Amino acid sequence: MTDGPAPVLAAELIRWSWIGDHLDDIRDDLLQHVQLTVLAVLFGLLLAFPLALAAIRWPRLYGPILGTTGMLFTIPSLALFILLIPFTGLSTSTSLIGLTMYTLLILIRNIVEGLRGVDRDVREAAEAMGYTRARQLLQVELPLALPVIIAGIRIATVTTIGLVTVTALIGQGGLGQLFIDGFTLNFATPIVVGIVLSALLAFTADLALVGLQHQLTPWARSRGR
Amino acid sequence: MISFESVTKRFPDGTTAVDNLDLEVPEGDLTVLVGPSGCGKTTTLRMINRMIEATSGRIVVDGQDVAKVDPPELRRRIGYVIQQIGLFPHRTIGENIATVPELIGWDARRIQARVTELLDLVGLPAEVRDRYPHQLSGGQRQRVGVARALAVDPPIMLMDEPFGAVDPIVRSRLQDEFLRLQQEVRKTIVFVTHDIDEAIKMGDRIAVFRQGGHLEQYAPPDELLAEPANDLVADFLGTERGLKRLALIPVSAVKAEPGPVVSPEDDGRRALAVAEAYGSDWVVVVDGDRRLLGWAHAREAAERGRVGDAAIRPFQLQVKATDSLRAALNAMVQSRTGVAVRVSDGDRYEGIVTLELLSKEIS
Repeated sequence: MTDGPAPVLAAELIRWSWIGDHLDDIRDDLLQHVQLTVLAVLFGLLLAFPLALAAIRWPRLYGPILGTTGMLFTIPSLALFILLIPFTGLSTSTSLIGLTMYTLLILIRNIVEGLRGVDRDVREAAEAMGYTRARQLLQVELPLALPVIIAGIRIATVTTIGLVTVTALIGQGGLGQLFIDGFTLNFATPIVVGIVLSALLAFTADLALVGLQHQLTPWARSRGR
Repeated sequence: MISFESVTKRFPDGTTAVDNLDLEVPEGDLTVLVGPSGCGKTTTLRMINRMIEATSGRIVVDGQDVAKVDPPELRRRIGYVIQQIGLFPHRTIGENIATVPELIGWDARRIQARVTELLDLVGLPAEVRDRYPHQLSGGQRQRVGVARALAVDPPIMLMDEPFGAVDPIVRSRLQDEFLRLQQEVRKTIVFVTHDIDEAIKMGDRIAVFRQGGHLEQYAPPDELLAEPANDLVADFLGTERGLKRLALIPVSAVKAEPGPVVSPEDDGRRALAVAEAYGSDWVVVVDGDRRLLGWAHAREAAERGRVGDAAIRPFQLQVKATDSLRAALNAMVQSRTGVAVRVSDGDRYEGIVTLELLSKEIS
């Protein structure tokens, strides 16, 4: 017990010299990770908004839209990426398409629920004041739905940060690349670095979104006093 | 002016909310639509600014068929206040009030000046301007709702149970304030309520609806209370119709009787004679300037010698020409003399109002 292998393992877990030698690679992986996440959530929003608006305009569409995006959500991620390879190859497009698809369910649902949650009296007042439909959506309903929409973006972002690592298997993957490196070299340090950095990234992104919401909803700040 | 010409509203489920309505709302008047729930009063109101589209018939606002005006355009010219107020929670009070001016593109300076003016008009302190709606009391929010509706000085205002969500004391104060404001701004107002007392208090004219959107009677409040068109209207007006009417009629509407009046210097026996001639056992005592001193028992005055030697008791309640006959009735039942004494603004005696005079006025 006393001279067990523990110190050796600890030393093996993090070899600082490796980190020092690979700082550039780690940075590139991190940047790619951020890039894939941001793009996926952004494309997700671009697709989710029109679909959510359509679901509100024609409530009968909401069921099928949720059903379809929900089904996409249940496909195991690895399987999805592999399914896409015949069409888009081992490319950024493949990972982006997959990642974007996974954000849709959460984003659409939160946009629809957020907009539907706007007080009926407020909507009626806006209409009676003489807002046109588009302006009412932009200036009254969207701002009021923001907390729910941003809550959706937070979940979508954190989920995507986790999923990006999987795309390493198709040659993308951001920090996921470090896992692959670790496995191939049979060496723990890159794996630990990858885990720590992606956790930190998720945490930071979530915090940033909370901050964004705080900035965008000044009216909610004085509540609960 | 707003006129309804054979307007009917049928909903897709087949219910008729408003049935062949003809109604003229005069300019500068406050017209109340009243009736039980489901009588179509709110539907009628909402057809004016096309929040609901009429199924058939025509609604004409200022000579223009509303069906021919683009709805947002139409609505910006018509103020709208609802019970739930519907303030925008994400905008400050100032921004809420500025809603319509911004929609029609006033410049920033003009908007700022108008907001200041409106806060003052509805009696809100300037510092609420940068607060959010949830930081205000219900009464204050209601005032913001009125200010927002008045922002571009629209000639017409639609109000749907605007004071329904506040407690009775605040409601009564808001009603009084609003009536004062209306004296100043003279808008053409259509006001929906289910509360007949509110209708009587607020309305220049009252339209009574019954279930199914039928207009039963359309008349000024006094006329409505005096001559309800049918049992249904009478029922809706309630059992205290006479009392409600009294509240509408000023004391000046009845001619006060001179009453048994004496001065403190008069001989007690004269007081007794005056009282007997009038048919009472008391006399009203006034001084040389006809200032009201009170009343005295005639017999006590006769026994003491001079009226001034008897005990002169004050009238606890006095009425003025502008008070309501209901106030006069209250003064009567609270006084030992059984009459209401009427005085001028300078406390000079003007006569007495009796129950007999009241019932003659309202019967």
